[in-house]
Amino acid sequence: MNYKVNFEVEKDDFEKAGEASRKIKKTLKQLGVDNKTIRHIAIAGYEGEMNLAIHSDGGEIILEVSSEKINLTIQDVGPGIPDLDLAMTEGYSTASDKVREMGFGAGMGLPNMEKNADFFEIHSKVGKGTKIQMSFNLK
Amino acid sequence: MENRKFFHSVYLDTDKCLGCTTCLRNCPTGAIRVRGGKAKIIQSKCIDCGECIRICPHHAKKARTDSLKCIKDYPYRVAIPAPTLIGQFGLKYSIDRILSALKSLGFDEVVEVAYGAEIVGRAIPAEYGRDNLLLPVISSACPAVSKLIQVRFPELTGNISTLKSPMGVTARLARKRIEKEKGLAQKDIGIFFITPCAAKATEVKDPDNWDDAYDVINGAISIKDIYGALRSVLRTVDEKNIQKASSMGFGWALSGGESRFVQNRQLIHVDGISNVIRILDEIENGNLEDIEFFEGLACIGGCVGGCLTVENSFVARMVIEERAKQVKSHGKDVMLEDVVIKKWLDEERLHRRHPLQPRVFKPLDDDFQKSLDKMQQIEILESRLPGLDCGSCGAPGCRALAEDIVTGHAREIDCVFVLKDRVLELSKLTSEMLQMGHPMESDGTDKEKE
Ligand SMILES: Nc1ncnc2c1ncn2[C@@H]1O[C@H](COP(=O)(O)OP(=O)(O)O)[C@@H](O)[C@H]1O
Ligand code: SF4
Ligand SMILES: [Mg+2]
Repeated sequence: MNYKVNFEVEKDDFEKAGEASRKIKKTLKQLGVDNKTIRHIAIAGYEGEMNLAIHSDGGEIILEVSSEKINLTIQDVGPGIPDLDLAMTEGYSTASDKVREMGFGAGMGLPNMEKNADFFEIHSKVGKGTKIQMSFNLK
Repeated sequence: MENRKFFHSVYLDTDKCLGCTTCLRNCPTGAIRVRGGKAKIIQSKCIDCGECIRICPHHAKKARTDSLKCIKDYPYRVAIPAPTLIGQFGLKYSIDRILSALKSLGFDEVVEVAYGAEIVGRAIPAEYGRDNLLLPVISSACPAVSKLIQVRFPELTGNISTLKSPMGVTARLARKRIEKEKGLAQKDIGIFFITPCAAKATEVKDPDNWDDAYDVINGAISIKDIYGALRSVLRTVDEKNIQKASSMGFGWALSGGESRFVQNRQLIHVDGISNVIRILDEIENGNLEDIEFFEGLACIGGCVGGCLTVENSFVARMVIEERAKQVKSHGKDVMLEDVVIKKWLDEERLHRRHPLQPRVFKPLDDDFQKSLDKMQQIEILESRLPGLDCGSCGAPGCRALAEDIVTGHAREIDCVFVLKDRVLELSKLTSEMLQMGHPMESDGTDKEKE
């Protein structure tokens, strides 16, 4: 990987949430990545960032770019997901009413990440945290 | 920095610019730098939104528009005023009076753009039947927003409505009619748009425009420039029957005015360029999938807040809303018939020449590998800068300076803090060297004092 940058995302920081995906988008445009790929990454990155803010105890997004592909890693320090299959189900969400009022919690985040990425892998351990690895092919 | 020429109506009056960096920090696309004590506009990034015109304390940012004298070049002169015009003067002057005043400045005819606005508005529902429909349909009414999308949200250009602008439609229909009625040649008809903003002036003057405004409109005169002249004749002018537009048509001057034509669909309308950016970000993130129509206007309040208007936008809004009520209560609020709209739609007279294309940017480097290296350098440089985004370096923020340095447009010591550190290092070094040079005369007891 030739270019790497990471963004911290804090728990419950809704004011800043979205900033990392905004910066990622801008960076990819400047690099000259094609618009379609950027769109996929924007959607996946944004969902990942929101999940960190809403569901996790805080974490980070790591963007890595080489001439072949773009890796997006989203990892946090807890609380972890007890049932991954359930979490990956469209429409499944544990978001609170308060969060839903803010327009989040449709339960489409994880499924959309999987849909938009060329490679998607999720690992989670209750009490330890969650790690999502995604790749997007260039050309 | 760019590989093609862009036409812009926004420009800098160099003599007036003090290089104060106010505009720099308020440009929504980061298109301004201060170099050599003067502001510079990066042409490929400018969207002519007029934020800098509004904000410059020294009035050094201006818009290229035409003077009233230009109309003399044409035997038959037509003014097509933006709907905003009727919000510029108090309710004691009727719409007909304002339009008559405009006519008296030397025009043979006045045709309201509000008339074209109703036509375009009524055609919007047909957009949902077009091929390659992308949701939400994004209004094409504000050219600053369309350009913003081309520059910052290229993936969304396909969402922009393919309908012409109200001024384009108004001008084209007027031109056709006058040609036939008066037996005039095209070149003898001069149509002038009375503009509230720089963005629309650009649309009129840019031959490369995706609309055909350039072909059918001969110039753009700013509301500001003729405001005084209009005021002085308003009281005395002979009032004629000119108004044809409905309240739905002139309501287009207000944020949300266009959205009123979109019925039974989920929609969002926002005004102010930073609010528009926020929503476009959300759309690009795939976060607003249920929304079917988005009306974004660059100016606060909509076109009533245009940078070339005079009246406060909130007052203008009230005036226009009141006028709408009056027109309705006088039973003068006549809308066009459905068949008329359908006919023009069928005749393909309401659509743009071609869909809007994203503005192609030069990446950091043509070689992707080198692009990556440069991006890494930017990251490193940015981490060395103080992160204050103060603008003293002439770039809109530390990140922007880092980018400018890596692309060869600035130096690290343009940052005053880096410069200060360097000077400090240098002065330490100098004093050390002085001591070294004259060991015998050393009396440097207080040399190390900070
Ligand atoms: N980083 C995370 N840490 C803990 N739980 C998570 C995390 N990401 C997702 N989840 C769980 O998975 C569920 C589904 O996530 P998602 O598909 O993004 O939907 P939503 O965020 O709308 O609830 C969440 O409601 C939450 O219970
Ligand atoms: S909102 Fe209206 S006045 Fe303002 S830039 Fe857009 S078109 Fe012009
Ligand atoms: Mg989610």
